[in-house]
Amino acid sequence: MSRWWRRPSVVRLASSVSVMAAVELVTGPPGSNAAPMAGVSGSFAEKVSFFGLFASPRWSVFLVYALVLYGVWSLWLHRGRQIRNAASVVLARPRNIAQRGTIRWSAAVVLVVVAALLPHFVSDPFWQTAMVEQIAVYVLLALGLNVVVGFAGLLDLGFVAFYAVGAYATAWVTGALPLPPLFGVHLNPFFAIPIAIALAMLAGVLLGTPTLRLRGDYLAIVTLGFGEIIFLFANNLNGITGGSAGTGQIPHFSIHLASIKYVWGLAPVPYYYLTLAFVVLFVIAFSLLEHSRIGRAWTAIREDEVAAESLGINPLKFKVMAFAIGAASAGFAGVVTAAQTNFVNPSVFTLYFSINILVLVIFGGMGSISGAVLGAIVIQTVSMYLIHTPPAGYQPQDLYIYLGALLIVMMIFRPSGLLPSKRRRREIGLAEAGEGHMDEVLTGDTP
Amino acid sequence: MLQVTNAVVRYGSITALHGISFNVEAGEIVTLLGANGAGKTTTLRMLSGLHAPTEGSIVFEGNDVTLTKAHQFTGLGISHVPEGRRIFPQMTVEENLEMGAFGRRGPIAEDMEKMYETFPILKDRRKQMGGNLSGGEQQMLAIARALMGRPRLLLLDEPSMGLAPMIAETIFRIIGEIRDSGTTVFLVEQNAAQALRLADRGYVMENGRIVFGDTAANLLIDERVRAVYLGEEV
Repeated sequence: MSRWWRRPSVVRLASSVSVMAAVELVTGPPGSNAAPMAGVSGSFAEKVSFFGLFASPRWSVFLVYALVLYGVWSLWLHRGRQIRNAASVVLARPRNIAQRGTIRWSAAVVLVVVAALLPHFVSDPFWQTAMVEQIAVYVLLALGLNVVVGFAGLLDLGFVAFYAVGAYATAWVTGALPLPPLFGVHLNPFFAIPIAIALAMLAGVLLGTPTLRLRGDYLAIVTLGFGEIIFLFANNLNGITGGSAGTGQIPHFSIHLASIKYVWGLAPVPYYYLTLAFVVLFVIAFSLLEHSRIGRAWTAIREDEVAAESLGINPLKFKVMAFAIGAASAGFAGVVTAAQTNFVNPSVFTLYFSINILVLVIFGGMGSISGAVLGAIVIQTVSMYLIHTPPAGYQPQDLYIYLGALLIVMMIFRPSGLLPSKRRRREIGLAEAGEGHMDEVLTGDTP
Repeated sequence: MLQVTNAVVRYGSITALHGISFNVEAGEIVTLLGANGAGKTTTLRMLSGLHAPTEGSIVFEGNDVTLTKAHQFTGLGISHVPEGRRIFPQMTVEENLEMGAFGRRGPIAEDMEKMYETFPILKDRRKQMGGNLSGGEQQMLAIARALMGRPRLLLLDEPSMGLAPMIAETIFRIIGEIRDSGTTVFLVEQNAAQALRLADRGYVMENGRIVFGDTAANLLIDERVRAVYLGEEV
């Protein structure tokens, strides 16, 4: 009979509690530069005393997290094979195919290295800020909308809503909203990331389930309405969102562990790296999805929904999935914006914003991940350049004339975008020739 | 195998099917004849779950499938080859075939080999886009794609539509082979003569009603059928 503390379940429980205790310390209230240990040591005695455990709500919350971790861990050990099998069914490449449009890993690595070195060559604070607020965040948004419009072929004109949900979720869990956070616990924005992503995805499911029975133009109108509803909520629910004045005092991201103390401050470059890391994660995740069973189902629905249905694909399920997955990256973009600017301003979340993101996706090439990234970089760089170094006689409101001209030129010479996916380019070719059932987005047909 | 009893289908205020009843037994080819607008396609849409009947019932292999959703039918063993073929134009032939097996588990390589044996032309074209195939090839692909789901009942909507007579001949020959290999076939067809020569039994529809049904051999010599559908002087 082995001793009780060596039993696997006890070890798992102890490890779970230790991990979460470490996370609590890392994400706890920051000390100051003068006294980096203050946040931990100042209240350490109180925190570890038995009564302090229950007196400090932060610790109780993390104890709950530890139990959840223990539960998931145990579940994985006992039911891991079933879970992995289920996941492999979902994410498996469609069987037995010569893969089209393989992911060019070497090119991707080079691009990531270039992106990582870029801040060292940009000294202008305007551009450093723009790289985060106006380019990296928009890349995330374009990636998400590309899943909805490009992969699943659904025209979403209210995509900004998910961005708003992400930003307000961050303000909520960090205690910056008039609405008190759950259990009264103010969390570090790092913890806002999973919560904001989950809430944005939930918003996607809630919007998608009733509306995705509609097609083409009808869907576009309903999503437009949803975007406006979220905007009006944000702007008018004074007691919850802070109303049109917005909400401030959202803390920066911070890491705080014993002698290590790091706060993402006002300088944009640390945010750039954080966002870049998540862009890479989302690009990898969405590429895997594109070439998975789910991606194939999206293609089938986009090309011919009736045929897809007759082959056993539940269109509603996969469309809702596209909405939720696309919303995830928008939700994360909301977290970055809220935490970096410390502020959520409801007047941003307008129809214009949604259309702007749609333009990035169309410009880059619908259905192509590299296209969405490039489209966001090009369009946003051009508009930032016009703001930073305006040509003679340039007025701020002229921006859209320039962007409009750019789009028109683009649509004449490369109607399917800068870097379209091969399949998508052929579909657009067919739609132009008036053939095929696909591409309601471009032709407005509802077959 | 399949029993439809007093099924009524309405499009808004218009009644398309006024309570039709028929049955299909395992191993048969049953054909549904009728003029344009008689309700043939509506019947098939109803059988594949695209349009639920407001009254009546559909029973397949003892299970009530009246309100089953379209995407659940492949799982039950019914595959639908829709009117106008509706293959995925920007997927290769191979990818189209893979989509046919989407709704079921298990290996697909051998099924695909079998399809290439039945339809050798598809093997030659397997890397080509579905949209670049000829009409006859597309029809073969649509049938092969439906068979990839290993159905026990195959619903075919106007498989010969828009095809040259020689190609239509080939398609009909293949439908016969499908039946001989054990898959029951329900065939909706305007080309009554060819359909009846192939089928075991037939039903005749007019204005949303089934007016009569009989063995194919009897229908071929039936005066009403000869006059209206075979275009012969009686």
